Amino acid sequence: MPAETAPTVFRAGPGFAALLRLELLLALRRSADIANPLLFFVTVLALLPLGVGPEPELLARMAPGLIWVVALLATLLSQESLFRSDFEDGSLEQLALCPQPLYFAVMAKAAVHWLVTGLPLALLSPLLGLMLSLPAEGYLCLLISLLLGTASLSLIGAVGAALTVALRRAGLLLALIVMPLYVPVLIFGTGAVQAAVDGYAYGAQLAVLAGLLAAAAALAPLAAAGAIRISLDN
Amino acid sequence: MGRSRLAWEWFHRLGSPRWFYHKTGAWLPWLALASLVLLAVGSAWGLGFAPQDAKQGNSYRIIYIHVPAAFLALAGYYIMAVSGAIGLIWKMKLSFVVMRAAAPIGAALTFIALFTGALWGKPTWGTYWVWDARITSMLILLLLYIGVLALSRAFSREQVGDRACALLALVGTVNIPIIYKSVDWWFTLHQPASIKLTQSNSIDPSMFYPLLTMIAGFYCFYAWTLIAHTRSLVLQREWRTQWVQQALGEGS
Repeated sequence: MPAETAPTVFRAGPGFAALLRLELLLALRRSADIANPLLFFVTVLALLPLGVGPEPELLARMAPGLIWVVALLATLLSQESLFRSDFEDGSLEQLALCPQPLYFAVMAKAAVHWLVTGLPLALLSPLLGLMLSLPAEGYLCLLISLLLGTASLSLIGAVGAALTVALRRAGLLLALIVMPLYVPVLIFGTGAVQAAVDGYAYGAQLAVLAGLLAAAAALAPLAAAGAIRISLDN
Repeated sequence: MGRSRLAWEWFHRLGSPRWFYHKTGAWLPWLALASLVLLAVGSAWGLGFAPQDAKQGNSYRIIYIHVPAAFLALAGYYIMAVSGAIGLIWKMKLSFVVMRAAAPIGAALTFIALFTGALWGKPTWGTYWVWDARITSMLILLLLYIGVLALSRAFSREQVGDRACALLALVGTVNIPIIYKSVDWWFTLHQPASIKLTQSNSIDPSMFYPLLTMIAGFYCFYAWTLIAHTRSLVLQREWRTQWVQQALGEGS
């Protein structure tokens, strides 16, 4: 076989890095989009004690679950706009047409989404743990579990965002189709923090969260890329 | 060679809505008869003649509805996802229609399983709802079904909605084992002390045969409703075509 007809080895690296840089730049310029999920996170968690009462023991028992559920909602709410503007101005179509696999484009977008929502949420979580009188043993685990877990949430949510990007009012629909898929991450995230608070080893739960993240990183962009191609036909 | 070509021919003919509509019309009465007879015999046997349970008395008899419904709720999700996958891979119109038809039936069966479970829980556990691993998994299965149903109604273009739903159903299929395992783990972590699950003793044949009859009846009933619903959806989709107008013209 002559050399020039041999299949060209595709190099995804440069394109991926360029897209990552572009997305990050765009995200940083829309600072409201970064601040809003965080403000939502803080506001809802500040309201919860008003609903359930201020007793420190009660709050401490509920803190891992409350923080995790609200982090999940904050991620979900910010996910609707993941592909929206690119879909509306046609750049999503261009991305789908270019020779680079759409997998890497989705990966870059999910990574940037995590960098501007999941990462700040996780970094902010010890403060909210303090407000909800989470015992001191839980802080480190809360931080690590949210770092790992929100990355999975960003990837899984990308599938839902890609499926609903062509629809006019997608917010509630996105929540309906994505929430059940979030269940394992929620269970192991809160499980890890609860184990840490109770003084048990929590390495296993964090390992499962990391495993979920690995599986999500391998599979979710594939599904999301397929969903984008479907949505572009609408 | 020739044999495998014949098999493929059959496969592709099955993909044609028209062929499906004409072929399955004759099956419906037989399926209806089989499911009605099996369900009538099974429920009379199970509800009237099977012996009482030593611990639960008569309340256990709800399993004759609950267990078959739960079986088919889960199997129905896979039927929906597999027909969606066939549609995505071979671009077969009919299998998308089957997928759409399977979604509401599966959701209804999941609801029946949850509802009968709650009715059984009241006399046995003293409460309608318990966050038990299996109940929670069924609830999440219902949410997965609702997601597919909601998505299927959102698209204005049917073909796009078909493919989107198929993809979501496939994503759900990958997730179902993970969700089930994690809910199991969650339950063993939080297992409430006051509730004892009934031991899964090997079930006595006198209770088992009526259950088997009911399961067979539910499978026939599922096939009946799935085919009937698919046929009506086929008519709705293809109402402009000549063959539908001919088929309906002959009927009236």
